[in-house]
Amino acid sequence: MNASLTLVVIMVVLYSVGVYLLLERSMTRVLLGFLLVGNATNLLILIVSGPSGAAAFFGEEDATADPLPQAFILTAIVITFGVSAFLLALIYRSWRLANADVVYDDSEDLAMGSRRSSVTTDRAVDGDDTEFGTRAAAAISTALDLEKQEEREEQESLAAERRQREIDEKEAGA
Amino acid sequence: MSALTTLVVLLPLLGAAAALTQANRPRVQTLIAVSVLSAVLLIGAALLVAVNTNGAIAVEVGGWPAPYGIVLVVDRLSALMIVVSAAVLLAVLVFSVGQGLADGDRETPVSIYYPTYLILATGVFNAFVAGDLFNLYVSFEILLVASYVLITVGGTKPRIRAGTVYIVVSLVSSAIFLAAIAMIYGATGTVNIAQLTVRLAELPADIQLILHVMLLIGFGIKAAVFPLSFWLPDSYPMAPAPVTAVFAGLLTKVGVYAIIRTEMIIFPDGQLNTVLLIVAALTMVIGILGAVAQSDIKRLLSFTLISHIGYMLFGIGIDTAAGLAAATFYIVHHITVQTTLFLATGLVERQGGTTGINKLGGMLKTSPLIAVLFFIPLLNLGGIPPFSGFLGKLALFEAGANNGSVLAWVLIGCGAAVSLLTLYALARAWSMIFWRDAEEVADYENPLAMRAETGSSPVVESVRTTPRIMVGATVAMVTVSIALTVFATPLFDLSANAGENINGPAYYVNTVFPGGLE
Repeated sequence: MNASLTLVVIMVVLYSVGVYLLLERSMTRVLLGFLLVGNATNLLILIVSGPSGAAAFFGEEDATADPLPQAFILTAIVITFGVSAFLLALIYRSWRLANADVVYDDSEDLAMGSRRSSVTTDRAVDGDDTEFGTRAAAAISTALDLEKQEEREEQESLAAERRQREIDEKEAGA
Repeated sequence: MSALTTLVVLLPLLGAAAALTQANRPRVQTLIAVSVLSAVLLIGAALLVAVNTNGAIAVEVGGWPAPYGIVLVVDRLSALMIVVSAAVLLAVLVFSVGQGLADGDRETPVSIYYPTYLILATGVFNAFVAGDLFNLYVSFEILLVASYVLITVGGTKPRIRAGTVYIVVSLVSSAIFLAAIAMIYGATGTVNIAQLTVRLAELPADIQLILHVMLLIGFGIKAAVFPLSFWLPDSYPMAPAPVTAVFAGLLTKVGVYAIIRTEMIIFPDGQLNTVLLIVAALTMVIGILGAVAQSDIKRLLSFTLISHIGYMLFGIGIDTAAGLAAATFYIVHHITVQTTLFLATGLVERQGGTTGINKLGGMLKTSPLIAVLFFIPLLNLGGIPPFSGFLGKLALFEAGANNGSVLAWVLIGCGAAVSLLTLYALARAWSMIFWRDAEEVADYENPLAMRAETGSSPVVESVRTTPRIMVGATVAMVTVSIALTVFATPLFDLSANAGENINGPAYYVNTVFPGGLE
C-alpha cells in the first residue's frame, strides 16, 4: 500500500498540536485541540483507505476507491460537528458563570488532600489564562446570576410549601 | 425475531423524536418515555427467551449481506444485558419522574430531559447489539453525547466543571477508539467483528498487539479501569441523583461489555490476559482505598463502582467459560445493586438536603424506610451471604481457583479483601447517616432549612417529604436485586450458557456467517 507522505506529515502535525491544546486548562483551547485531533483522525482513516479511484457505483470499468472509509469520515465529521457545538455552548455557559473558561481543580479533591498535609492546597489557577481576558467582565455585569436565581427560587418554593402546610394544619384544626 | 432486534434500537430513538415534539407537555413526554422503555423491556425479555431456546440471532440491516452491511447480533449475553439495562432505565426514569413532579421545576430544562434520556437508552441498546466495530463506535457516541447533556443538565457551576472533565476525557477515549478502528480497517479491510477474528489472526503478532492495546485503552477509559478511572469520581457525583444512578449502573458496563467482545471475539488469543488480571487487581484495591477515604456518599459510591469493575475484569482475564459466566452474573448483579444504592442516596439527599456523611445523622428515626432501602443493597454489594453479590464473588473465586495460577490466587485474595473493605466503607457511611444520634453531628447546617425555623436544635434530620413515586422506584429496584438472589439458579444457568457462547469466537462467527467464512 502506498500512502501519501504529505498526508502523513499533516496528520502528525495535527495530532501533536491537537494533543498539546487538549492539555490546556482553557476550554477554548481544548475545543480547538479536539477539532484538530478529530481532523487528524479523519486523515488517518483517509490514509489507510487504500489507493484512490473512481466513485463507487459510478466507475464500473476503472478501479473504484473504497467507499467505506469515506462513509466513516463523514460520520466522524458529523459527530465532531455536533460535539463542538455542544462544547461551544458549554464554554459560553462556563464563561457566564465563572467569568472564565478555565477548568478548576475539584474542590473535594483539594479538601481531601489538605486533610493530611498542606502541600496541595491553594494551587490557584492562573486567572489570566483565558481567551477572554479580565476585561471581558464588563460584558456580563448585567447578566443574570443563575445560581443565585435558583437558590432564591428554591427558598421561595420551600416557603410556599410551608405556608401551604400551615394552611392545611389550620384547616385540619378547624 | 429479526424485526424485534431492530426495534430495540429504533423504539427509543423514535420515542426521543416524539418526546422532543411534545416539549411543552411534560406529562405526554413522561408517558412516551415510560411506554417506550416498558416496550423495550418486554421485547428484550422476548429476545432473551428466543435466544435461549433457538440460539443467537444475526440481523442484516437493510438486507446487505454480512461483511458488507451492518449486522446486529443478539446472543445470550446481549439479550441479558438488554433486559437488565431496560429494567434499570425504566426504574430510574420513574424515580426521576417522581423527583421532577415533586420539585415542580419550571426552570430546569425538563423539556430536553426525557428525549435525551431516551437517546442515552438508544446508545446503550445499540452498543449491546452492534455486530461491527464502527457501529459500536457510533453507539458509544450516541450514548456519550446524551450523557454530556444529562451530566450538565441545569448548567450550574459545579456541574459545568464536572461535565467539562467528563466530556474531555470521553472525547479523548473516542478519538483513540476511532483511530484504532481506522488502523484495524487499514490492516484488515473490514470492521465486521466476526470477520475480524479471522483476519486479525493473520497479522503479525506485534501489529495485533498495538491494535489490541489501542482498543483496550479506548474501552478501558469508558469502563473506568484503574489507571484510566481518575475522571469518574470527579464527574459522576455532580449530576442529578437519577442521572448518576443510571450512569453508574450502565455506562461503565457498556465499556466492560466492549472489553468482553474484544477479548473473546476480536482477539481471542488472550495475549493480554496477564495484564488484564494485574489491572483488575489494581482497579479493585485502589478503587476501594479511595472509597474508604471519602466523606460524601456519592463520591464513596463512585469509588466502589471503580473497584467493582475489577471483579468483572478478573472474570474476563481468567479466560475460561466459568470465568466469563461469573463475570456475566456479576455484571447483572452490579448494574442492579449499584443503581439501587445511588437511588437510595438520592432519597437521602432529598430527605436530608445533603450527601455529606459528616453532616447527616439520626435519619433512622425520621426515615426508617430509606435506612432499610440503603441497607439491603449495602449488604449485597459487600458480598454478605446469601445475596447475589456473595454468589457472584463465589463464582469468580471458584473460576479463579480452577485456573490455579499464582496470579489468580492473588486476585482471589484481593477480591476477598476488597469485598470486606466495601462492606466497611458502606457500613461506616450507613451507621453515620442513619444510626448515630442527631446530637452527635457537630456544626451541622442544613442548606435547605431556614435558621429561624429550626429553633434551638441545629440538626434537621428531615426537611422535605419524599414523594411516593421516588420511594416506589427504589423499592422496586431493591426487590429486583433480591429477586436476583432468589432466582440465582436459573440466572446462573443462563450466565453459564452465555459464558460458553462467548468463550471463543466460534459461536459468534457461526451466528453471523451460518455458511462459514471464506
